[in-house]
Amino acid sequence: VKEETMATPFSQFVHLDAPQKLDPFKGVKKLPLEEYFTSGHRTCQGCESALVMKMMVKAAGPRTIVLGSTGCMYVANTTYYSTSWVVPWMHTQLGSSGSAGLGTAAALKVLMRKGKIKQEPINVIAFCGDGGGADMGLSAISATLTHPDYNLLILMYDNESYANTDIQLSGSTPYGANTTFSTPGKVKRIMHHRWKKNMAGMLAAGHPTCRYVATVDMSYSVMAMNCVRKALSIGGPTFIHSLDPCPKGWDYDPMQSHDLGELAVLTGIWPLYEVEDGVLRLLGKTKDIAQGRTKRRPVKDFLLRQGRFAHFTEEDFAYFQSKIDEMWERWLIPGVIPFRTELEKDQPPA
Amino acid sequence: MAQTTASVEVQKPHAQQEETSLITGSEAIAVACKLADVDVITAYPIRPYDTVMQYVAKLVSSGEMDCEYIVAESEHSQFEIVKHACACGARVFCGSSGVGWMYAFEALTVTPALRIPMVAMVGNRALDDPGAFGVEHNDALAVRDLGWQLVWVDNAQEALDTALIAWRVAEDRRVFLPCAVSCDGAFLTHSQALVKVPSQERVKAFLPRYDRGDLLLHPDNPITVAPQANEDWLMEIRRQTAAAMERSPQVIREAYADFERIFGRRYGNPFFEEYETADADVVLVGMGTLSTPVKVAIRQLRAEGHKVGFVRVRWFRPFVAEDLARILSRFKAVGVIDRDFSLGAPYASGVLATEVRTALYPVAKRPEVVAFIAGLGGREVTVPDVKKMAASVELAAEGKTQPPTQWIGLRE
Repeated sequence: VKEETMATPFSQFVHLDAPQKLDPFKGVKKLPLEEYFTSGHRTCQGCESALVMKMMVKAAGPRTIVLGSTGCMYVANTTYYSTSWVVPWMHTQLGSSGSAGLGTAAALKVLMRKGKIKQEPINVIAFCGDGGGADMGLSAISATLTHPDYNLLILMYDNESYANTDIQLSGSTPYGANTTFSTPGKVKRIMHHRWKKNMAGMLAAGHPTCRYVATVDMSYSVMAMNCVRKALSIGGPTFIHSLDPCPKGWDYDPMQSHDLGELAVLTGIWPLYEVEDGVLRLLGKTKDIAQGRTKRRPVKDFLLRQGRFAHFTEEDFAYFQSKIDEMWERWLIPGVIPFRTELEKDQPPA
Repeated sequence: MAQTTASVEVQKPHAQQEETSLITGSEAIAVACKLADVDVITAYPIRPYDTVMQYVAKLVSSGEMDCEYIVAESEHSQFEIVKHACACGARVFCGSSGVGWMYAFEALTVTPALRIPMVAMVGNRALDDPGAFGVEHNDALAVRDLGWQLVWVDNAQEALDTALIAWRVAEDRRVFLPCAVSCDGAFLTHSQALVKVPSQERVKAFLPRYDRGDLLLHPDNPITVAPQANEDWLMEIRRQTAAAMERSPQVIREAYADFERIFGRRYGNPFFEEYETADADVVLVGMGTLSTPVKVAIRQLRAEGHKVGFVRVRWFRPFVAEDLARILSRFKAVGVIDRDFSLGAPYASGVLATEVRTALYPVAKRPEVVAFIAGLGGREVTVPDVKKMAASVELAAEGKTQPPTQWIGLRE
């Protein structure tokens, strides 16, 4: 049941141009053949992030401006004289995806209002990696999601490390992963002992006027593309967090990218959901797991396929599994909001 | 547009279309934003520049100005937002002070490299630490190598006029480089003066619409901006940016000539203001509002028989060294007053003194150069301070060696 958006007495001061109306694709056979991200890039074999770019802009269509912050999808995607972008594209700084989207949307809006360019809905997508988004750019993304006046989507492609600079850990790198900044050693088997940020949940919970936040996984590409289309159609600033298997950073055979994307969802480590006007909806296999139609697979099935966890002992796997179980069984909203209610008497106050 | 220009040209006298207002330097720049019909403005608080954004907020809420007025969450975002808006064809304005300007440094770096004609106001402020609200020029000077055009003004009228000139020059396709208008914190940002506010019609005639041309980011012009160029092309691209800066002086000269024609206000040499130099033996050189005590002191010194003049540097970038060398070569000695520091620099001098020495190097008969550092952190440069500096320069002119750099007004 879709709830009505709450009207506020201040809505007369929010002036939002009509966004594009992009209906969901009704299956893979209904996808348009036109590509707006084509040859010319030099991403690694099996790069899911490149697939995210391709599908993201295919979902958005030709009347789109894309802003790309520094990261793999800049360094590997846009070489001078061989750009892979068919739509207008501009580089932005590592921490600037929020600002780039905001500035672009603001310019389009004011120039249309003043009659300096033709009035038409133009999609604005600013993308960032996990380093640019969950680390450096978090402040600007957060600010942008509070601006109700501009139509834009911020998409974070999360390959769980600073992958183009040699695989260094980010705030979005999973616990224990071997990166070049967290190499396992004899004394410290687990150098990276921080838990991955809950980026989509944080942004959805922290920005109550942001109308759309979703998590996606390109192994479920039509669903992911429809999230992009909804994010661009709903109006105002929106955010999508995409989990992207990375052969180089995760250390696996490139042919396994699609399988790993599926396993991330099936093991429950990557819940798929959307928060639309404050209403949470679990999606796809995540919904099946939550409703008991599919059994959650052990997270070890996902971790063991990746060289970055090759140093894990059984104890490490057990700890990791316990954290995933906690996310599903103890969180107030499984996979989304990591609070526990006081009633649970989990840790009574001293 | 062409018709409007023609009709304005025949209307005289110019002063009839101007209103006079008692406003601060910051307010004068806010008025310039309104007159220039700026499209996107981003604000973030830091004293003293932020007064300009307070005035802009009032202009927007009162309906006097139509723009996207965005309050950012940091200076970095503030400058990045307008950078991207400008790439889409919007006329933009931004600004900061002190460490706020430094927080935006990454954005300041890429703005000229992307050929973004942003106009910014720097309310010059001492860098932290220790904290000080007062003026120092190190903030704006930090970007001197990056392709920013940097201009210092010393009164509210000049602030308003120069902001209009800044958009005109920055948005000229031959240049397409950002321009920062530097206003000394407190002394200019917060000091009221009578300012002649030009009419909207004349500003339209002076300032053509910003046309991004084939660099416009729009679905009708699907370009890729700033891809990775690497060693293959980076040097050629840098050279293009350098060439734009080299074209800037001519564009500035044209803009000042047009400004005088349309508004009737004359600034003479756009780059350097000369005061009492015609018969001077020695001159002081400086930037910004220290011109006020310097000019007062020079009037007193002249009454006492000292032939002292003053050269105020307006445009620090581009630094038109040939003009300055020609001017300064007329004098026996030159004293450069830096309201900045450049630790470890040649002869322990400030930034301006090093530039002046460089400019003078090719001159056959070089004047002696004495460097001073004064007025840091907003400390007042007093008339006795100026007289002390002038005395030192006169001694240098007589062949008596002076310390290469002296800190003035310093407690021992």
